[in-house]
Amino acid sequence: MRDAFVETLTALAEHNSRIMLLTGDLGFGVLNNFAERFPRQYLNVGVAEQNLTGVATGLALEGRIVFTYSIANFPTLRCLEQVRNDVCYHEANVKIVSIGGGFSYGPLGISHHATEDLAILRALPNMTVVAPCNLWEVKEATRALVEATGPALLRIDKSTAASIVRPGEKFQLGRACQLRDGADITLAAAGGIMEEVLTAAEMLSERGIQCRVLSMSTIKPLDVESLVRAVDETGGIVTVEEHTVDGGLGGAVAENLLEMGCIPACFHRIGLRAGFSSIVGTQKYLRKVYGMDAAAILTLVEQKLLSKDLRLSEDIAR
Amino acid sequence: MRQARSDSDTETRKLAQQIRLHALRMTSNGGSAHIGAALSCADVLAVLYGRVLRVDPLRPRRPDRDRFILSKGHAGCAVYAALAERGFFPVEKLLTHYQDGSDFSGHVSHKGIPGVEVSTGSLGHGLSIGAGMAYAGKLDGATNRVVVLLSDGECDEGSTWETALFAAHHKLDNLVAILDYNKIQSLAPVAETLALEPFAEKWASFGWAIREVDGHDHEALSGALATIPFAAGQPSCLIAHTFKGKGVSFMENTVLWHYRTARGEEYEAALGELEGTK
Repeated sequence: MRDAFVETLTALAEHNSRIMLLTGDLGFGVLNNFAERFPRQYLNVGVAEQNLTGVATGLALEGRIVFTYSIANFPTLRCLEQVRNDVCYHEANVKIVSIGGGFSYGPLGISHHATEDLAILRALPNMTVVAPCNLWEVKEATRALVEATGPALLRIDKSTAASIVRPGEKFQLGRACQLRDGADITLAAAGGIMEEVLTAAEMLSERGIQCRVLSMSTIKPLDVESLVRAVDETGGIVTVEEHTVDGGLGGAVAENLLEMGCIPACFHRIGLRAGFSSIVGTQKYLRKVYGMDAAAILTLVEQKLLSKDLRLSEDIAR
Repeated sequence: MRQARSDSDTETRKLAQQIRLHALRMTSNGGSAHIGAALSCADVLAVLYGRVLRVDPLRPRRPDRDRFILSKGHAGCAVYAALAERGFFPVEKLLTHYQDGSDFSGHVSHKGIPGVEVSTGSLGHGLSIGAGMAYAGKLDGATNRVVVLLSDGECDEGSTWETALFAAHHKLDNLVAILDYNKIQSLAPVAETLALEPFAEKWASFGWAIREVDGHDHEALSGALATIPFAAGQPSCLIAHTFKGKGVSFMENTVLWHYRTARGEEYEAALGELEGTK
């Protein structure tokens, strides 16, 4: 995903001198090409994320389209107040790119686990929050963010799902992409963990359960319309994110649906419920440990369908 | 754009007096804090807005304007006053400061207020935004300057020093940091809270070109600011030695008037002192 982002931005920067890429001294071997080709559009500010974000704001207020680049929580939480007061309040055209969503850097320990960023950034006014699930979405989101004025978070993952694109599908910020159709239940996910969702959906299909799979790559603003349709047409929703269950994608879906009076027959948030992960391991390993891998999704969906059927039959009996 | 340079400091002194009077009325009327911090930088602001800054009240956003950022956002009332006196908006608007429904927040805000570049209030933000603007100016070959006014207390913030490194590294000689060095912060004197001395040496060692002046001496201020950049290829740092609460005898150099609001007899006494200096 990271390379897809850098390649896309490099291609865009060639024709748009307003694009600037600022790094907080990270991106070894990844940003060299951009830096060499566009020295006037590249800046390594050093290990100083508060200054990174403040300088980005200043550049943006002078007309630049600024991408700040770092990993995990560094470009988001380390400088959260600069993101809030400087970027968001001034509606500055700053796009925060966080490489290493969720457990991408699992073995490095909790400092490098980005598992609260979606919830926290989603709370900030004027902030668009994007977590693409595959390379197509990364490329399209990068293009869309250059076009759209204003603050955004682009959360990039180490893992990536297959680039399933329906014929004629056009990527739009704020619009979900349907990766699979089904009538039994909807799996709504964000980020590279979509690979687990697609595997689970395939296994469920073999067992006769057809899942609709939605990539909610834009978590804010949320595509409520697609979610309401999913509830109407499939009855239940299970959200999946490599992130705490508090306030991320699952929280956003629940808030919006409930407020609209659109109550799914079953609903569940798959995500991190363990707080911090003091154990380390690969992204795949930690997903398994914390019940977010394909097997866990499959089990959960089967349980939820049983309860949904029970509830639906009770409704009919009434 | 640049105001005609007057032979004396009379004009900027008058402006400073108006800033102080407005700041007193605004803080007392609104029941807000920070009069001490506003009085401390009134002379710096008067020299900036009266003589130094190339700004245009009729076209507040013209691209070649100098950018001014009040990083010590708690002195917002003094900047609002300077802008009103320079004609960016009617002086009457100042009385809405701190009132229900007003745009004029206690900490400086850019929303709906012509002439304010950025909103601040949390310390240690303004210099890095200014550095970004200065970097853009260098890329564009622009001739404007970026002037950032900081408090001494905000030099406790690590982010201030992140930018101090950055600006010197990138040779941003279109960036000026003015330090309102009144030596008193929120709860106690700077020296008792978190010592900054040797202050000038710190900035110099970070790669900034330094000048130190009496921050209430208009001639000294305008003399120093007329020579920006102090050295080619280096950001400029003007350390303005000031007194918190300057202009009102009982407010001068006291911790108390960082937060206290002048009311009743205190207000009348302060008003009398400021008007008496006409």
